[in-house]
This record gives sequence, C-alpha cells and structure tokens, in this order.
Amino acid sequence: MDAMSLLTIFVLVVFVGFEVVSKVSSTLHTPLMSGANAIHGIILVGAIIVAGQAENGWVLAFGLLAVLLSTVNLVGGFVVTDRMLEMFAGRKVTPKAATESKKEDAR
Amino acid sequence: MSVLSPELTAGLYLLASVAFILALRGLSSPKTARRGNLIGAFGAVVAVLTVFLSANFENIPWILLTIAVGSAIAAPVSRRVQMTQMPQLVALFNGVGGGAAAIVALLELSHLSSPWSGLAVAFTILVGSVSFAGSCITFAKLQGLMPTKPLIFPGQPVVMGAVLIAALVAGGFVIATGSLGWALAMLALGLVTGVLLVNPVGGADVPIVISLLNAFTGLTVAASGLVLGNVLLLVAGTLVGASGTILTQAMAAAMGRKVSGIIFGAFRGGSTAGSTTVSDRPVRSSSPEDVAILLGYAQRVIVVPGYGLAVAQAQHTMAELAQTLEAKGIEVVFGIHPVAGRMPGHMNVLLAEANVPYEVLQEMDEVNPQFKTADVVLVVGANDVVNPAAKSSPGSPIFGMPILDVSSARQVVFFKRSMRPGFAGIENELLYEPQTTLVFGDAKETLTKVLTAVKNL
Repeated sequence: MDAMSLLTIFVLVVFVGFEVVSKVSSTLHTPLMSGANAIHGIILVGAIIVAGQAENGWVLAFGLLAVLLSTVNLVGGFVVTDRMLEMFAGRKVTPKAATESKKEDAR
Repeated sequence: MSVLSPELTAGLYLLASVAFILALRGLSSPKTARRGNLIGAFGAVVAVLTVFLSANFENIPWILLTIAVGSAIAAPVSRRVQMTQMPQLVALFNGVGGGAAAIVALLELSHLSSPWSGLAVAFTILVGSVSFAGSCITFAKLQGLMPTKPLIFPGQPVVMGAVLIAALVAGGFVIATGSLGWALAMLALGLVTGVLLVNPVGGADVPIVISLLNAFTGLTVAASGLVLGNVLLLVAGTLVGASGTILTQAMAAAMGRKVSGIIFGAFRGGSTAGSTTVSDRPVRSSSPEDVAILLGYAQRVIVVPGYGLAVAQAQHTMAELAQTLEAKGIEVVFGIHPVAGRMPGHMNVLLAEANVPYEVLQEMDEVNPQFKTADVVLVVGANDVVNPAAKSSPGSPIFGMPILDVSSARQVVFFKRSMRPGFAGIENELLYEPQTTLVFGDAKETLTKVLTAVKNL
C-alpha cells in the first residue's frame, strides 16, 4: 500500500481513538490501560511474519524471541483485563444503570 | 498449505481492527466492558489465524511452540496476580510489547523498500527500546526492587541530551545506509535513554509514566505496521497511541501537573520527593473503640480510601464496616481521588474486588461539596490526596494537585501505620489539626476492631 493511503488511515484512526477513549468512564481507567496494553500485543502478527520468513538461524532465533515477548503481552493483557472487568460486571450493575437512566430522563 | 487471497486477508484484518475499536468502546460502561474485551480477544485470535494462512511461512512448528510457551507463562501469572500489583504487571507487559516491536523492526532492516520504511524502522527501534527499558525501570520501582525516589546524578540533563542526540544521529545513519551496526548502536542508545528518562521520575508520578510508555509502545506498533505494510498493526498501534495520550493527559490533570513537568521536573530539582523526615510534633491519637463510638453517633460518614488500604488487604473489612453502618441507618459513601492507588482508576478496581457497590463510589468533584456536612471522615491508607499543602503552600511539590477537601469535615480519623509521610514524601499538616485523630496500626487489624466495636454498640 502506498505511503499516502497509510498516512490517511493513520490520521483517521487517531481521531477514532481520541473519540472512543474520551468516552471511557474514569472508573474504568485501569482496565482501559491494560486493555489498550493487550491490543498492542498484536505486534505478534508482525513477529510471526518475521519469524516465518527467517532465512537463517539468527533471524529465526530473534524472530522467535519477538513471538515470545508479544505472546506474553497479548495473552497476559487480555486475561488480566478480563479478570478485572469480571469484578465490575458481576454485581449491582442494574441499580446504578437504573439511577443513571433516571438522571438521563430528568435531563 | 493453501494461502488466503490478499483481499480475504485484508478483510479479516479489517474485522480484527473493528473488534479492537469495539473493545475500547465497550469500556464506556461497566455493563459492556467485559463483552468488549472478549470481542477484542476474538479479534486478536482472528488476526493471528489470518497471518498464518496469509502466506507460505516456514518454521511454523517453532512459532506455534513459542506461542504455546508464551501463553503458558502469561496466562497463569495474569490469573494469579493480586489487584494491588496490577500496575507493575501492566508496565511489564508494556515493556515486552515495546521490545518485541523493536526486534521486529531490527529484523526488517534488510528488507527496506523505501526511505519511508527506513524512517519507520528507525523510529520503531528507538522508541521500542526506550519503552522496553523505561517499563523495566518502572516495574522495578513499583515492585520495590528499586527505590521510588527520583534518581538524579550531577550533569544528568547533559548526559541525557548527549545520548538523545547520539541516538538521532545513529537513526540518520540507519535511514541512509540501512546498516545493522548503526541500528544496534541506536538500540543500545534507546535503552540508555529509557533508563535515564524514568530514573528521575519520583514515586507518585510513576503511574503517569506507565501510561506514557503505553502510548509509546502503541506508536511503535503503528510504525511496524508501516514497515510491514500491515494495516492491522497500523490501526491497533494508533488506537493504543491515542488512548495512552488521552489517559496520560487526564492523569496529569488530576494531579495538577503538566506531562513535560513530570518528565523533566526532576531535572530542575522540583521533583515529588520532598522531606522524608518524620516530625515529632504532637498529634491526637485514639483507640478503635473510640472511633466506633464516634461512628455510632454519626449520620453521614465519608470514607477516603488510599493505596495503603489495599496494601493491608483491608478492602473487605472496610466494605463490611460500611455495610454494618448502613444497616444502622448511617449513610456511607466512598470518596475516590482519580489517582488513588498506583494507576488511574486503580482504587475502583480494588473496591470492586471487595464487592463495594458502584453507587457509593463517588468521584472527587461529586464528593467534595459533601465534606462540609459529613460528621466523620475516615481516611484509610491515603495521605497525599488529602494533603491541604496542595492548596495552601505554593512551595510544595504537590501544589496545584486537586485534592479531596477532607479538612472541611467536622471530624477526621486517619488510619495510619506510622507518622511516615505518603508516597510523595511530603508531610501532611492535616494530621496536626484539632479536628483530626489518628489510629495507628495495621489498617486491617484496626478496622476489624472498629467493626467489632460498632457491632456491639
């Protein structure tokens, strides 16, 4: 893909990112950080490409190191975020949601 | 093995990109957050399966084995980690991600197609190694392997400047020549920069650095996407870069600081480490039983929890005390400072773990006007976030940080281990005020005694 198309995508995603993340409630800032952290673990895809095209042992060794590090990032990030959100999701969601919708009605 | 068409590959990557956006969007409400995260994880699985089928790769058994090993390391650690240790785990995951991106860029050096990708490779190697080294130092500080005090040596700004300039020069050579030697030199300089960048950052500011480094790693992943021509990496990395940037700004605002002030503040000597001397001025201390009587006569109680509450593992006792008081018709709310704990929103996670319902957790702006009418404020394991020095003494390192307005309450009870100052190392004048009483001891033990006494009232 040419440089201009990639730049276009980059700029548009910056706006999408700001838009989506500025709506996150401050209660969930810790899961946001660990969730975003998990998402950048997708560098695993790049690591797989590099390791899969390795033409000698050195490149393969370092490619596999990158695969290992990024797997830890990706898997660990999603698991730990899920654990945190499980504690938020389990209980008492309904009363809060109810009061919130009441507030919205009042507005 | 059959290979997917480029169109189908791009389509599946698009699906994964959308899944990541939905994952972040889910976090706008606690109700949808968990589902959002699962959608994100699904997107990641789709992306990884897609890359395997997108070309005829070699070494697939090795790669699969490595992924299995990585998962076997990460999953149990993530399942077992205590919620108080979450910040250092996030720092660690962030560091390994940055390291992985730097390695990928280094290995792509020999396949450069244009000066553009040379620039992206140089950027990824430099920022990825800064993020890796910086995250490791952050981890060491939070884990207590290193002192949390800012580490500064004479001439540090000069050394820092020289290292940065050398790294940029090496980067120029990488772009011009594509030589591995220069790339390795830049990698080494990036690691040194990371250490020098985080070393001078003092205790209370460390969470902001995690968030900043998170944004850095996101941008390196985005740049790797440019190098490999992979749109998914570009989108995912950019999303993380954007979220990290917003979060860093939000946190800095919650502490009344500028991001540049945190990173460069220590160089100018205005760090968060103030006096760590323990004063011997008189304070009023009382017993848990006295506190129970005080609570028994109260109508409105506000609890201000801090990281110390979680360190003592006293969240559950605190939650039970709140329920017991409510059963006696006493109104209890929790006032949560945005930077209570070790990362933004950390205290909410810790209290959610202890089954404290949402509706009693109030944010700073919401709870501040209520202190005037509160009968008793219980400050458990918090210090800097209620320190009036942030309002009254312009010379204080925390001056300008928005605080919980505890000093306007009728009675303030501090649960403290000792007279030692908080994470930021500044003395708290509120401890010596006439309306303040202190209960010394382990928060869990003293709260348990208060709870028993309240039940017997």
